[in-house]
Amino acid sequence: MSRTLYDLVGLAAGVAFILALKGLSHPKTARRGNLIGAFGATLATLVVFFYANPGSSLPLNNLGWILGAMVVGLAVGVPAARKVEMTQMPQLVALFNGVGGGAAALVAIVEYLHLGNEATKAEVIFTVFTVIVGCVSFSGSVITFMKLQELMTTRPVIFPAGRFIIAATLVSVIGVGGWVVAALGTTPLLVLAGLSLLFGVLFVLPVGGADVPIVISLLNAFTGLTVAASGYVLDSVLLIIAGTLVGASGTILTRLMAEAMGRSLFGTLFGAFTAKPQAASDSAEERPVRSGSPDDVAILLNYARRVVIVPGFGLAVAQAQHTVRELADLMISKGIDVAYGIHPVAGRMPGHMNVLLAEANVPYDQLEEMDEINPTFSQTDVAIVIGANDVVNPAAENTPGCPIYGMPILKVSNAANVIFLKRSMRPGFAGIENELLYDPKTMLLFGDAKASLTKVVSALKAL
Amino acid sequence: MEPIAVISIFVLAVFVGFEVVSKVSSTLHTPLMSGANAIHGVILVGAIIVADHSSTNLELGLAVAAIVLATINMVGGFVVTDRMLEMFKGKKK
Repeated sequence: MSRTLYDLVGLAAGVAFILALKGLSHPKTARRGNLIGAFGATLATLVVFFYANPGSSLPLNNLGWILGAMVVGLAVGVPAARKVEMTQMPQLVALFNGVGGGAAALVAIVEYLHLGNEATKAEVIFTVFTVIVGCVSFSGSVITFMKLQELMTTRPVIFPAGRFIIAATLVSVIGVGGWVVAALGTTPLLVLAGLSLLFGVLFVLPVGGADVPIVISLLNAFTGLTVAASGYVLDSVLLIIAGTLVGASGTILTRLMAEAMGRSLFGTLFGAFTAKPQAASDSAEERPVRSGSPDDVAILLNYARRVVIVPGFGLAVAQAQHTVRELADLMISKGIDVAYGIHPVAGRMPGHMNVLLAEANVPYDQLEEMDEINPTFSQTDVAIVIGANDVVNPAAENTPGCPIYGMPILKVSNAANVIFLKRSMRPGFAGIENELLYDPKTMLLFGDAKASLTKVVSALKAL
Repeated sequence: MEPIAVISIFVLAVFVGFEVVSKVSSTLHTPLMSGANAIHGVILVGAIIVADHSSTNLELGLAVAAIVLATINMVGGFVVTDRMLEMFKGKKK
């Protein structure tokens, strides 16, 4: 295959990626967009078997190893993507991003070893960049995975003199990077990789639970840039286009996400350097709350004219989406006006809750976004908050300095009655006490969301 | 490649990348992130290129590891994105 043909196919794949991102930005074309992207990636992968390097003989060297490794990758990746519970999807995306970053760093290291002293200064600089950012993306993603999987605390991890350790690590990463460029050699590069891995860990540890999706999105953009840098070193137009596209769109997406969550991007990114221990409460305070029985809840609902359901991650964990739908259908049959209030970051990622409810066949037209639903709470008789906490916490509006301050919330406190379905008094993912739980108009129904809802449904049927 | 060609491709791709996602609703943030994530799995092409010209066992071993990771990223990413988007199918406002 000629170089020109190879590059043209690469260009076609690049165009496919542009169309993919464009398609993914609109609900109607999203799925097709993703398939176009997959087509582009398949095309690019197939064509490299006919032209990998200038003058490479066919079939490729080490073809058995290449195909074997791809089979292993398929055997791991496809079942993981197929079987993952929709509730655990954010951490899987984080992990997929991490391995991509790791792959980019490895590719850069191999190419560096291969080129040896023939590498140009520019190639070495791009290699250093790829190794640093790829390693940070890899180890950072592993930490976000552990946070989301709750293998470690979801709170910001702050340690004494943390910001100085982090700053010192960053300085040494840059210093060793300079050493690699000046001196060449394998040892400095391996030291660089090790330090970068460490920096990735330190960078993500101080990030609090609610900010984790923003960090995943940012690391995703980082990985894109490493792919672009690899494209320069490997002389591949396709990798430059694809990597840059992901880097640029990922940066914008990160900013959009931060805006949707009312977070300052700068604050999130440099939280590592400025983080101070937060005044978050660890355990529930000993204060009176009003708890009710499923019958109390059913009676309240029976005489309501308008009910707004606010689902959170706890709903999905309890797999109660179908029971919620049953309750909503029952209320509608009784002539009650029912809507779902969806916070943009309900769940663990922007848009996550829409995916989870769509999975339970909740009609799309009952899902209302935050800006649509908020003005209607004052005409709402009952707001049922199921397994959500941070997204309705008034502390975001009235407690400056708390970790979620400034995040737009669903103003359920404007409804005449608020019902919380909770497992316990444990605070939400961000670890902040919710004043609304102690409000006189709030009723708490403790227990597993699915079991509680089932009881409410049968109580309501009996009325 | 000529440096000026590389810079031109880079700058133009930055603007295209900014442009295509500038107006996306928060509903689609997660699938879009996941889809973009799958696209950078195309580093698989780079991993195959370096595996082809690996001349030592160390190089080949690292390249094989890179291929495994990149394949997981690319294929897993597209499959999981498709699963997410499948949920939205057929529910029109």
